[in-house]
Amino acid sequence: MTEPSAGPLKRTPLYALHKELGARLVPFAGYEMPVQYPTGILVEHAHTRRAAGLFDVSHMGQVRLTAKPGHNAAKALETLVPGDIAGLQPGQQRYTQFTNDAGGILDDLMVTSTGDHLLLVINAACKDADLAHLQKHLSATCEIEPMFSRGLLALQGPQAAQALARLVPAVATMTFMTGAFFTIDGAQCYITRSGYTGGDGYEISTPADATEAIARKLLAQPEVKSIGLGARDSLRLEAGLCLYGHDIDTTTTPVEAVLLWSVGKERRVQGGFPGAAVVQKQIAEGAPRKRVGLLPEGKAIAREGAEIVIGGKVVGKVTSGGFAPGLERAIAMGYVEKAQSANGTKVELMVRGKPVPAEIVPMPFVKHAYYRG
Amino acid sequence: MADVKYTDEHEWIRIEGDVGTIGISAYAQEQLGDVVFVDVPAAGRKVAKGESVAVVESVKAASDIYAPASGEIIEANAGLAETPGDVNSEPMGKGWFFKMKLANKSELDGLMDQAAYEAFVKGLS
Repeated sequence: MTEPSAGPLKRTPLYALHKELGARLVPFAGYEMPVQYPTGILVEHAHTRRAAGLFDVSHMGQVRLTAKPGHNAAKALETLVPGDIAGLQPGQQRYTQFTNDAGGILDDLMVTSTGDHLLLVINAACKDADLAHLQKHLSATCEIEPMFSRGLLALQGPQAAQALARLVPAVATMTFMTGAFFTIDGAQCYITRSGYTGGDGYEISTPADATEAIARKLLAQPEVKSIGLGARDSLRLEAGLCLYGHDIDTTTTPVEAVLLWSVGKERRVQGGFPGAAVVQKQIAEGAPRKRVGLLPEGKAIAREGAEIVIGGKVVGKVTSGGFAPGLERAIAMGYVEKAQSANGTKVELMVRGKPVPAEIVPMPFVKHAYYRG
Repeated sequence: MADVKYTDEHEWIRIEGDVGTIGISAYAQEQLGDVVFVDVPAAGRKVAKGESVAVVESVKAASDIYAPASGEIIEANAGLAETPGDVNSEPMGKGWFFKMKLANKSELDGLMDQAAYEAFVKGLS
């Protein structure tokens, strides 16, 4: 999870709080981030599935897009992503991807319409490149405001709603993939009912200087514990969600990644986003490979990079793999050739040179529990 | 009183006669985080000093465990299959990995004693 980065590491508004809570801080996407707190990843994972976990995701990038006079921000953004953005009603949120001319994925992102502008949440490691990409293509049509100093808190789990509703009663009735402005302690926050765990929860965008006070208020709720990036990774893997730079990147298309659900129906026909021809061809003829779930037998863990083999022939590679605390077993996802991608297909995963029998299975590994009202 | 020594890979070896019991240190388990699986060697396997003989998997990563000396594996800790968390809770006790018959105890001469290992760990932080 750690990666080298140039220059000194950046800190989120919660750095001092992480230290106080005894977090183990590691370099991640150029930031010093908590990978775990003293109780450890297994306890944090279980707590998030049972109660509510608070994650600092302030390293992610937040960008506001506002149409210049005579232009439409949603239509403008649609020239860079395959999602149906023009169809977003005020307060609706959608998941999409920035694509390149080959249909590859430059980044994946969340887009919310507030009615008069769009709020984007982009990956930490990609945010400078994404911002340059937006500036290059949308400067004529949109005001592009990076809000990289803002805080972003994710409150996730079945008790997230009751905990957050004590501070902001109106969040209780919000449904999955919607957002609205709320005031917490005089600070204007934008809250969406969304997340990256497969469970119910919220993401709360906060002014930088109010982030710590809001985080402390949330941690003071009996349901809430602080959770690090380690559990964030095991939770999203159980939910079958992609991690950019691992499960999706510039060489994978939304079709190969089985993200076609996020490509607008009209947009599949009309195109108008980078790489549309490639995506349309793959929709019509099938993609050469497909992202699949993998369930290894036994205890060995097949991690990223492990080869997927059938009858001695390499048919793909694991892109994420680990221990699923909720299932008490190893799980993985990876890409295999289309012809070998059917559920139930028996494969072998090469773990330290030894073949581990595994089966291609549907995802998610743990059922999603989104609140749809 | 058994003699315990440490490697710079954060393994410990408890020496009783010509048998060594091997595990990882408290510092090592803390660095690894929650251990979820230990791949222990089979009894009867002959190993050379420095050879990778076991793998400890935490939620985060896999780490190799190296034989601190040459010899023959005589027993693996079967209990770890059910409770790998013993490596976290009792790294020097129930969380041991394997026992081996030592071929040449002089191979252990270069290892650290408790005090030297504590100083070594201190120097890492």
